[in-house]
Amino acid sequence: MAIVRKHKRPVYLNLFQIHFPVGAVVSITHRISGILMFALIPVLIYMLEQSVSTAQGYARVVQILDTLPVRIILVMVIWAFAHHVFNGIRQLLIDIDIGVSREGSRRSAWTVIVAGVMVLGFAAVALL
Amino acid sequence: MRIHGAGLRAWVVQRLTAMFMAGFILAAIILLLATPPGSYTAWREWIAHPVLSLASALFFASLLMHAWVGMRDVIMDYISSTGIRFCLLVVVGGFLFAMAMWVLRVLFVSSVI
Repeated sequence: MAIVRKHKRPVYLNLFQIHFPVGAVVSITHRISGILMFALIPVLIYMLEQSVSTAQGYARVVQILDTLPVRIILVMVIWAFAHHVFNGIRQLLIDIDIGVSREGSRRSAWTVIVAGVMVLGFAAVALL
Repeated sequence: MRIHGAGLRAWVVQRLTAMFMAGFILAAIILLLATPPGSYTAWREWIAHPVLSLASALFFASLLMHAWVGMRDVIMDYISSTGIRFCLLVVVGGFLFAMAMWVLRVLFVSSVI
């Protein structure tokens, strides 16, 4: 990876060696879930278009959503969405100075992870 | 180009759209669980409700603005070359604008709004 830097200070970016606190993990998953949902925006709009345009389109969307592979993807998307929103709420709380301390932010980060996994569980049970 | 306060404006837009979308999704989930539309016509009626259709349009506007700020942050964090950064921002911005036009057409053509 050739990144041009204007300075000559040493850089250490070995992601496999750096120890990441839970807040860092939640931060990058927040970002990854966001990018994933960004990529799915056209899918969302397409399904909306199909479902409101004609009765056949609606039936097709219902049928597609009923297949197992799509339901698995849907469970994953619901998990990504929940995780993203939960960390978003955590960020908003940090904005108003709730959970800013190291202990507080670690606790809230773990809460975000657990809450997201719970949503994953509910979604998997409900849809699969 | 006027860039005074651009970062603050992006931050505010991101927060406001996030809060609106979170509220909308919560309300939509509750409504869908309470009165689930079971057919095409029921779905059309459900989504064409005066308040819900307007909120849906606002939801998509919020989504696209929120996604823009997010992707802009990602691009700025990882791409240091000004040229590549500019090109990516144009591509992502153009894509999101196209999504806006598409969803606008969907909502108008199907008389949702």
